[in-house]
Amino acid sequence: MLANHIGYYSLVMGLATSILIFLLSLKSYKFKIIDKRIFSISFLQLFFVLISFTSLVICFVISDFSNETVFNNSHTNKPIFYKISGTWGNHEGSLLLWLLVLTLFLFLFLITSKKESKRYRILTLIFQQVIIIGFFLFVLVTSNPFNYLFPEPIEGLGLNPILQDPALAIHPPILYVGYVGSSLIFSATLAAVIENYISKDWAKNIKIWVLVSWIFLTIGIMVGSIWAYYELGWGGFWFWDPVENVSLMPWLCLTALLHCLLVLEKRELLKSWTIILSIATFTLSMCGTFLVRSGILNSVHTFANDPSRGIFILCFLFFLIIISLIIFFLFNKEKQKDYKKIYFFSKEVSILVNNWFLMYFLSVVLIGTLYPIFLEVLIDHKISVGPPFYNKLIIPFLIFFLIFMSLGPNLKWIRETNIKHKFQLIIFFFISLLISFLIYKKIGQTNLINTVLVSASLYLFIVTIRDFFSKELYNFSKKISHFGFSLLILSILLNGILSSEVIMNLKVGEKFTFKNEKIFFKSLENNKKENYQSIVGYFTVEDNKKNISQFKPELRIYDQPLVITSEADIKTTLFKDKFLVMNTIKGNEYFNVRYQIKPFMIWIWISTLLLAIGGCLNLYNRLYEK
Amino acid sequence: MKNKILIILLVFFLSFCFFVLFKSLESSGIYVPEKTENRELTEFVSKDLFSKKKITSSEIFQGSDYYILNIWATWCAPCRKEHPQLMELSKNSSIKLIGLNYRDDSKKAKKFLNKLGNPFSVNITDQNGTISIELGGYGIPETFLINKDKKIIKTFIGNLNNESVRQINLIVK
Repeated sequence: MLANHIGYYSLVMGLATSILIFLLSLKSYKFKIIDKRIFSISFLQLFFVLISFTSLVICFVISDFSNETVFNNSHTNKPIFYKISGTWGNHEGSLLLWLLVLTLFLFLFLITSKKESKRYRILTLIFQQVIIIGFFLFVLVTSNPFNYLFPEPIEGLGLNPILQDPALAIHPPILYVGYVGSSLIFSATLAAVIENYISKDWAKNIKIWVLVSWIFLTIGIMVGSIWAYYELGWGGFWFWDPVENVSLMPWLCLTALLHCLLVLEKRELLKSWTIILSIATFTLSMCGTFLVRSGILNSVHTFANDPSRGIFILCFLFFLIIISLIIFFLFNKEKQKDYKKIYFFSKEVSILVNNWFLMYFLSVVLIGTLYPIFLEVLIDHKISVGPPFYNKLIIPFLIFFLIFMSLGPNLKWIRETNIKHKFQLIIFFFISLLISFLIYKKIGQTNLINTVLVSASLYLFIVTIRDFFSKELYNFSKKISHFGFSLLILSILLNGILSSEVIMNLKVGEKFTFKNEKIFFKSLENNKKENYQSIVGYFTVEDNKKNISQFKPELRIYDQPLVITSEADIKTTLFKDKFLVMNTIKGNEYFNVRYQIKPFMIWIWISTLLLAIGGCLNLYNRLYEK
Repeated sequence: MKNKILIILLVFFLSFCFFVLFKSLESSGIYVPEKTENRELTEFVSKDLFSKKKITSSEIFQGSDYYILNIWATWCAPCRKEHPQLMELSKNSSIKLIGLNYRDDSKKAKKFLNKLGNPFSVNITDQNGTISIELGGYGIPETFLINKDKKIIKTFIGNLNNESVRQINLIVK
């Protein structure tokens, strides 16, 4: 009750400081002197938002049901960890978290950019403050997390049990840091365009922020798909679901931006393109927020959201797009003297090619996500776009992308006159073709395009491994990230090709033989847990070498609200995951059992981590150099 | 010159996107699930929108051959869209229409009904959204066709259109 009021009023105070900072910075920009008060007020703003967020967390911890958000999303029987994570597991709380990260990033920017020009800093501050004010208004007007309920309900409505998972508890905050980081890139880019400061130095400074957002976005997406794999029990990790696509699109854009900044830093080329990518990254993040939060993409299982939210974000999104386009067209003048001779065999051209490919993948994902919405509005026809669409459009281009990626990074800047180890590179290509042919021969399928795809990814894999043995040590982070990417593609492909599954109906005591393994349903056990009832099935799987492994898949029946979830039991080894999940069949003693063998599953997570580690190393180097 | 064409094209493209996305907020489409039919109606207690008196489901569902229960709210754009269809259904004397006002401000709800007409014989409220969950509602607006044995015989998820009115009239006849 008290925390509720404190939270609300500090949120209002936060908005007030925002407006104050905005006005002060406009004044400072006009008179070209930085008003020192701005820094203290920025700190105050961060402080208010932090207080507001903490009070919401307190409301959740003490189960204060007079707060509407707590009432809708929490329950006294919930473990304390999920009470806390419930804070950002809902619409209102997640927006408050978004606001917290926004103000935190702005504050960090202010204290780390003291060496930059004053006008550039002030302009960044102004643009960032516009975004912050927009979000403050959004939270206060359409989705206030501190709505007061009277009379106070005795019990809350509970949190969706599917969301009660450690991976999902940390997934939104990490992803948000990535999303929100892109807002700072956006503001800084616009400021730099106005100040005509798009240059080597700018690229060097902004790259730190790009790296931070990229690392968090990468890890955030990974944690999300780990959650999908372990919790949803569908035995996959990526479903091309619109909500997933929405996080993939800014990632693709950021990756392109990251490479583009390299060219800008070394050669002062691709200036306009860098600006467009920075704007696009943030626009896509906002677009993602719009699609997820407006309820357009929501499944039928959720009650429709208040459309005023959607309209607000939509208008705000277009406002930002229009502002940034106006600034881009008015201020960005790429002068003729910037023109430099470019040779085809050079690093900058290969990075440009990489950008084209990434943009192609991005547009495939964007069209796949938005097309159903457009179609429904224009001709009132409902369709859903699934994996076959993405596979057909992405795979052919992925082959060329992989080959370019193996060759491009080793070219020199400006002009490559003599490609080293030509012979070796050709040999590697034939080796990977051979290996991939053998893999296909072994599993008894022959498919030309898949054989080429696997060999292309193997080729990248071999080439990136070779790079570790080359003498140039300076770019270690790139090597790790590229190696991580090749490993990721390879493990996804092998996982896709070599996976096998069987679905059967079994009751206690029955056996089933699948390939050379025997699945035996031994017994069932009922348990009462803190906030759910669990039914555990005991299974053994015996392979032809008499190795027996135990499986204990679980069904959880939650009381608040009444939902049944099935927890898969997954046995992970270095080379394959065995995955067993059971489901009830209504009014029947039989259970629906699904058994899957998924090779190289763990390598997907490891390789994504490697990607992020590469990013971290690069970040460390940059901060260290500074 | 080239730049100008580019800008004009961009403006057109952006306004088109804005228009479509704006429209998409309104359209919710209609979906009739197969499984939820012939389900027994759960008992519930609610408050009357106008008199604020408590009213039980057995009091509501009596004295008619067919009932239509419509979940609506003033903030729901598709609900406004389906209002004429509900008004038309209210002319059919063998159906009793019940409006369940979902998570709404009751003042706004009354104003809405006064302005656009009140098709419902009974107006009940669902302040915290629990009754709709109990009834097995998927989204809003949602309409249940219920027979005199208190069984849900058809569910319409999304706003009603002329086709759904025709279907309802066919069943009720």
